[in-house]
This record gives sequence, structure tokens and C-alpha cells, in this order.
Amino acid sequence: MASTMLRTSALRSTIRATPTVASKRARLAGVSFVRGKATLPDLPYDYGALEPAINGKIMELHHSKHHNTYVTSYNQAIEKLQEAQQAQDIAGQIALKPLINFHGGGHINHTLFWENLAPKNQGGGEPPSGSLSKAIDGSFGSLDAMKQKFNTALAGIQGSGWAWLVQDTQTGSISIKTYANQDPVVGQFRPILGIDAWEHAYYLQYQNRKAEYFSAVWDVVNWKAAEKRFK
Amino acid sequence: MACNLTPLISPQALEPHISAQIMTLHHTKHHQTYITNLNAALGKLSTAVSTSDITTQVALQPAIRFNAGGHINHSLFWLNLSPPSSPDAKSSAAPQLTSAINKKWGDMETFKSAFNTQLLGIQGSGWGWLVKEEGKNDLRIMTTKDQDPVVEAGLVPVFGVDMWEHAYYLQYNNVKADYVKEIWSVINWKVAEERFLGAQKNAFGMLKASM
Ligand SMILES: [Fe+2]
Ligand SMILES: [Fe+2]
Repeated sequence: MASTMLRTSALRSTIRATPTVASKRARLAGVSFVRGKATLPDLPYDYGALEPAINGKIMELHHSKHHNTYVTSYNQAIEKLQEAQQAQDIAGQIALKPLINFHGGGHINHTLFWENLAPKNQGGGEPPSGSLSKAIDGSFGSLDAMKQKFNTALAGIQGSGWAWLVQDTQTGSISIKTYANQDPVVGQFRPILGIDAWEHAYYLQYQNRKAEYFSAVWDVVNWKAAEKRFK
Repeated sequence: MACNLTPLISPQALEPHISAQIMTLHHTKHHQTYITNLNAALGKLSTAVSTSDITTQVALQPAIRFNAGGHINHSLFWLNLSPPSSPDAKSSAAPQLTSAINKKWGDMETFKSAFNTQLLGIQGSGWGWLVKEEGKNDLRIMTTKDQDPVVEAGLVPVFGVDMWEHAYYLQYNNVKADYVKEIWSVINWKVAEERFLGAQKNAFGMLKASM
């Protein structure tokens, strides 16, 4: 019974992942704003373009639903914040902080995530070069050792969250950090490369086998984007 | 002594509200993983206790809390769900609890809507609970993050709803509002009434049976 359902579900994912999904291409210029409002950035590749590492159905829901909800909710929270500011309601402004952190964080994190992924024919999975590559070898010994440590960090997240390769803005050194829920990488650390460890990021394809997602995602990591963030 | 997974009646029992595929994965994979990891952590703890290794004992606490929480929460959850066609799935199976709910929230629909608002407000993974204060008939809605269990002294979990994405994603995708609407068709009010009338140790009785 359950295995029949699994097969049906897998089949459905495959069908929807074929390029019936219209995908607009546009530049992904960081977090974009229109008339002061955050907007959902277009992906620089098709929903199905990261297969087989991440299937098209996941990408479609993840981008058009999950990320879009963070954008919408962030804008709503900012509207309320502006109202509270106009009313000089300080307590009301502070009370909005968790919502702004969560939805604003969700918007920032996903925007960075889409950028630091790429299909194989657009450089996905090609190892880093230059100064970032040297920093990785210096800090972790090798790229493979870094990936292994990163995957251990991802697997150790208790609940929803992200793992990031970050750079300390003061010392310049790189390390791996995990963040709960949608907490964004801000302040002392600069985000270099992030992987979404929320269940929605892999469940339709990998279900509970998250270790398989963590190992497959490196096939579509865009190290060129990571290099641009590294200073 | 190791914890074991208690079997479900049948993975199809909650259809169409929660699919058999979700139930099978949720029970035999997710819940089982919490149990496996809990037993591993408890094994290490017992070694650390017998060697008086205090730092290891402390270092094991987060893994124990998380995996024991996962085991406790899911054990409570399976029991507080019921096939939708059963008389247990009607709130009439919980007369005293219903009257306490009406007293606190005015009526059942207002309560459910307040509960759902809390469920949908969880940022990340977690659970929503109807909780009774032991000795009083006072009820409250609580949310807990990740696998934090409701084990504080004096609190009795009457029923819980799993808000991890694995609890609904294969069927409802991102539309968790539909999941929290449908869950009310499979709440086991008979079990909820028993927990409401009992003490905390009664609600957790099944954990001893799983050892
Ligand atoms: Fe995500
Ligand atoms: Fe669960």
C-alpha cells in the first residue's frame, strides 16, 4: 500500500518536473525591491534544471510558494512596522522583531540559496578556484573534508534550519555554522554558501533520507557565486 | 533498557485526512529514528555514569532531550488520533473536556480557531498542544519548538499536533492551513478526555509500556 503510494508520488513529481513549467529568466540581483517592497526574485534557471539532485516539483513549490510567502509576510510586517513608527509606538515596533527576523530572514536566505545553486551545464558542482579554494584547503584540509564537515553540520540540525559556510568579517577566516529556522547570517559573519535543511527543501524527493539530499546537493552548488561573496 | 516502537493500528486508518504514505514514513522512519538515536544516547549516558564521566553526561543532554522529546511527542500523538469514522473522533466523546473548553473559549469553534492560529504561527518545526494544569481544570494552548516535550511539572498534555513539515508535506505541500483544518477530523476525543481527567503520569503511561 505504502509502496504503491510512494511510486505514484515519485511518478507525479517526474511528470511535473518536465518543462511544462514556464520559467522566466531574469537577473538575480540580490534582494530586489520595487517601490520599497521586497519582491520574489526570478530563478536564473528552470525549475527542472537541478535534476536529478533536486526535482522540479520541489523547486517550483520552494520558490513560488515558500519563498513567496516569506516575501509577502515580510512586506506585511514592514507595513505594520511603519504604522507603529508613525504612531510612535515603540513597544509595537519591538514586538514585530520576531516576524521581521523570520520572514525577512526567509527572504534573504532563499535569495542567497537560489544564487548559490546552478545546473550542471551552468557550472553546478564545479569546484571552487582562487582565493576561496585556498581558504577552504587552509581551513579544512580539502574540499571533500569541508563537504563532509558541512554535511555533518546539516545532519545535526535539530528541527528546521540552514548550514552556512561563513566568513568572519573581522578576521577573514571561514567556518561552518548552523542557524535555526530562518535566522539569517548577519552581523559578524558574511554568508558564502548556504544549504536549506528545512524538510520542504527535500521531502518530496528524499522523504526522511535527508543524508541523500545533503550528499546530492553538492552536484548543483554554484561555487562561482560563493567566490563572489568571499572577500 | 531500550525503547521500542509501538505498532500503529493501520497506516490507512486516518485517510483521507492523513495519507497512509505519511503515516508509514512518519511512524516507521521518523519516530523510529528518534528511538534509535535515543537508545544510542542513553547507552552512552549509562557508560558515562558508570565511569563517573560528568562532562560526557552533560554533553549528551541535548541529544537526549531532542530524541526523547521526539519519542514522547510522537507516542502521545499517535494515541490522540483516531479514525475519522470512529465515535472517538467526535468531541461528544469528551463531555467534561468540552465543557472546560466552552468555559475557557466560549465554544468549540472559537477554541479550534485559536488553536489553529497558534499552530500556524510556529516559526520552524514544532508542536501545538492543548495542556491542562494538574489539579485544576484550567486549559491552555501551548506551542513547543523542534522536539521539546511538555514535561514540566504539573502540566498534562491533553492532545498534540505535529507541525513538522514531514507530518503533512507529502499530502498538503506548503498549504499547512489545510492540514490544521483536517486534523480536527481525526482527533481522538476519548483519549483527550482520559488525559484531561488524569494526572501527568497517566498521560505518559504508554512510554513505560514501550520499554
Ligand atoms: Fe526553504
Ligand atoms: Fe513528526
